[in-house]
Amino acid sequence: MTDAALPIAPPRTGPTAWLRTNLFGSWRNTLISLGSFALLVWAVPPLLDWFLFESRWGDTPPAECRKAAGACWAFVHEKHRLILFGRYPFAEQWRPLVGMAILLGLIGASCYRPFWRRWLLAVWAVGIAVMAVLMWGGVFGLRFVETTLWGGLPLTFLLTTVGVGAAFPLGVVLALGRRSKLPIIRAVSIGYIELVRGVPLVSLLFMASFMFPLFMPSGVQINALIRAQVAIILFAGAYLAEVVRGGLQAVPRGQIEAAAALGMGYWLTMRKIVLPQAIRLVIPGIVNSFISTFKDTSLVAIVSLSDLMLSTRQAIADPLWRPFFVEGYVFIGAIYLVFCFLMSRYSQHLEVQLNTGRRR
Amino acid sequence: MSTTAVPPMIQMTAVNKWFGVFHVLKNISIEVAKGERIVVCGPSGSGKSTMIRCINALEEHQSGRIVVNGTELARDLKKIDLVRREVGMVFQQFNLFPHLTVLENLCLAPVWVRKQPRAEAEANAMRYLERVRIPEQARKYPNQLSGGQQQRVAIARALCMNPSVMLFDEPTSALDPEMIKEVLDVMVELAEEGMTMVCVTHEMGFARSVANRVVFMDGGEIIEVQPPEAFFHAPKSERTKLFLSQILHH
Repeated sequence: MTDAALPIAPPRTGPTAWLRTNLFGSWRNTLISLGSFALLVWAVPPLLDWFLFESRWGDTPPAECRKAAGACWAFVHEKHRLILFGRYPFAEQWRPLVGMAILLGLIGASCYRPFWRRWLLAVWAVGIAVMAVLMWGGVFGLRFVETTLWGGLPLTFLLTTVGVGAAFPLGVVLALGRRSKLPIIRAVSIGYIELVRGVPLVSLLFMASFMFPLFMPSGVQINALIRAQVAIILFAGAYLAEVVRGGLQAVPRGQIEAAAALGMGYWLTMRKIVLPQAIRLVIPGIVNSFISTFKDTSLVAIVSLSDLMLSTRQAIADPLWRPFFVEGYVFIGAIYLVFCFLMSRYSQHLEVQLNTGRRR
Repeated sequence: MSTTAVPPMIQMTAVNKWFGVFHVLKNISIEVAKGERIVVCGPSGSGKSTMIRCINALEEHQSGRIVVNGTELARDLKKIDLVRREVGMVFQQFNLFPHLTVLENLCLAPVWVRKQPRAEAEANAMRYLERVRIPEQARKYPNQLSGGQQQRVAIARALCMNPSVMLFDEPTSALDPEMIKEVLDVMVELAEEGMTMVCVTHEMGFARSVANRVVFMDGGEIIEVQPPEAFFHAPKSERTKLFLSQILHH
């Protein structure tokens, strides 16, 4: 449709023609092109200098690093175990590494559509159990490691995966509840969504960590990691509920009527007809929520869980390396960026794949 | 159940319905016998769609009785689902499930509602697709089909539940003119096989050749019920005459 409205490009090809049409087509384009070019000339060389040419790698001692004009990647090299695994006992760090590999493997396998079968859930259950055994230990001759010592990237992935995995069904149920004909269910859903969406995650985390134990009978202790995890699930669920609701509203009424006319009940209609269509429609919003959750896990640092963010801060706390905090944040920034980018690409791929029914 | 007096397939007695303060159905009473074909016509807004949508409880009636194949439609959800399984419906806008292939559209309800084994449901579905003459489209998605083909799939989907009654709500109104015939042909065949049918339609040719009785509605009331011959040539009411003169203008 829109293709027809575009002006027909001149039938010339080659780099010169491309430059002329795309960069210097009009005086306005020329101005923008020259401006952008100047900006690049001004910004790129110093950045390259800092990142690469003037940077220090490998085993460079901190004193040496201070003299350099560029980045001190030696800091990341020196502290990468602390940044990536937090305070998990040094000799045992292969355990979170393997656990993380299992988790990423499961996520990777789940991205592959032919694997979307019931057995995948069983594989997940087994994988999560193996990861739990590896991280906790205490059996099979593995040393017991308390959750307070868990940290770094494995913790970030764990909080995200479990958070997203549990928040998604919660969000779907809340979205259905908000559109329910039963007034009590609707009121509860609306109340929950509005309440949780109306407060920052930080306050939920504080509530879970400091207030919640006050209400518990003395002697009952709930692990701090689990409390933070629950807060993340409850928070992400409220946001997902609103995204899914948008999808539910976009499914035409005729679809529900057709299902009803075939004698299909409410849950069957939702499961087979409405939700598959609704969720397809809002994949970008859902992935957006997932990405937010991934980044939001960095807030657990305020309740002393040493996820990737806090473990980096702990690495920076070393007086010898303190000046190189920028390198530390750039490094974990790059990690966050890579995974967020992968999620975003996958969502685009999924949208194309799942739209087979809508394509003419 | 006695064998001498066959109970009607559909029995509506003094049915009333309001949309807010708007009285859409006024004292509708009609019986449809097993194997009977009824065509319902009337100007737009006359309540004909609402009436047939009450038969499978897509619309709730506020007073009166509706009994379908011996089951009364009350506010009991189980009974409503029971009736809906026995009553097939074809919509103006097809309402096929766009995320499922044609075959999956046909098998969904038999497998999940009737608990038929999948293989049996698929074999059955293919038989119906052959009857509506599009078995080769089984693996396609609805949006890859023409309007006429989609409506034939919708008819096959309803038939897969092996219904005792078929309701048609303006099945050809959303179709391009050249596709109307292929859908009507399927409906005529269905009528010839003895299916009980209630069709809301403006296809007067279809009414003439297939209907046992034509029901004319206006302003939420049934104005007149006549065999087609009498309906078209000797309508009793002035409103019917006016309506016929408007739609049979050439």
